[in-house]
Amino acid sequence: MSELRSAPVPEPGAEDHLRGPEHAPLVIEYADFECPFCASLHERLAALEARVVFRHFPVRSSHPRAWAAACAAEAAGAQGRFWEMHDSMFADQARLEDPHLWRRAEELGLDLTRFDAERRSEAVLDRVRRDFHSGVRAGVVTTPTLFVLDGGRAEPISADAIEGRLRES
Amino acid sequence: MIGAGDPAPEFTLKRGDGSDFTRADLEGKTTVLVFYPFAFSPVCTDQLNLYEEVLDDLRQRGATMYAVSCDATYSQTAFRQQLGVSIEQLSDFEPKGAACRAFGVYHEGGFPQRALVIVAPDGTVRWSYQAPSPGDLPGANLIFDALG
Repeated sequence: MSELRSAPVPEPGAEDHLRGPEHAPLVIEYADFECPFCASLHERLAALEARVVFRHFPVRSSHPRAWAAACAAEAAGAQGRFWEMHDSMFADQARLEDPHLWRRAEELGLDLTRFDAERRSEAVLDRVRRDFHSGVRAGVVTTPTLFVLDGGRAEPISADAIEGRLRES
Repeated sequence: MIGAGDPAPEFTLKRGDGSDFTRADLEGKTTVLVFYPFAFSPVCTDQLNLYEEVLDDLRQRGATMYAVSCDATYSQTAFRQQLGVSIEQLSDFEPKGAACRAFGVYHEGGFPQRALVIVAPDGTVRWSYQAPSPGDLPGANLIFDALG
């Protein structure tokens, strides 16, 4: 049985997807590849060269392909191409059906058979679910939701506020 | 608003098929009542979408969730179908807001406050929560905290 009672946002760990310059403030982002606001935020953070931890928060009734897209990103990650798949899907959210995911995997040079098996695997589903549950426990209710690490503790922050902080840094 | 330890009030709501849902339907199981202001409104949409995603976890804890608003049954059904959520809807349409008033969650603007009520199998309220404003969406973690 999953634990969904309140808990702080987990600190970034070895399992997390993290990128960006080390000197920048660290932003933990709960997002969904089918969410247009997340795509917009992705553009803003990329332009600012933020240091970002990406965590999945797919909600299927809002976005029917959100879970499939999250699993595709994890399956790409198993072959070392998480961020490339992440960027590819945010760049074109209108194409998230299975053939589109296969095409993206091909374009990234992934082993397609392995990609397709892993994106449907229980291990990948569990990986996405862990992110989602950590968000629920931290009180995340919508996407995108951002936290910034402040003195070792993750505090919620708005996109505008983090943009201001990144411009200062 | 009704609080922990209070007996659930007598009330009548309408299910999607037009049948009554009353206090008797709360007995023998743990029930989570989600009072929401308006079908098709943005925060209510986010709220039901989010709670739908944790329904299996709620069921594993033996809890059944219902969503309650003053919208007509047909509006609630259309809302549920558009979202693709399975959370059963209960209508407090006529007499408008009577059940919401019984639970102490009727907003003077003519709609339910955004509120959560958990009723224990013996019909007593185990926990209740009213959002600071109808625009605030309570996290699903609050429900699981209350369920223990």
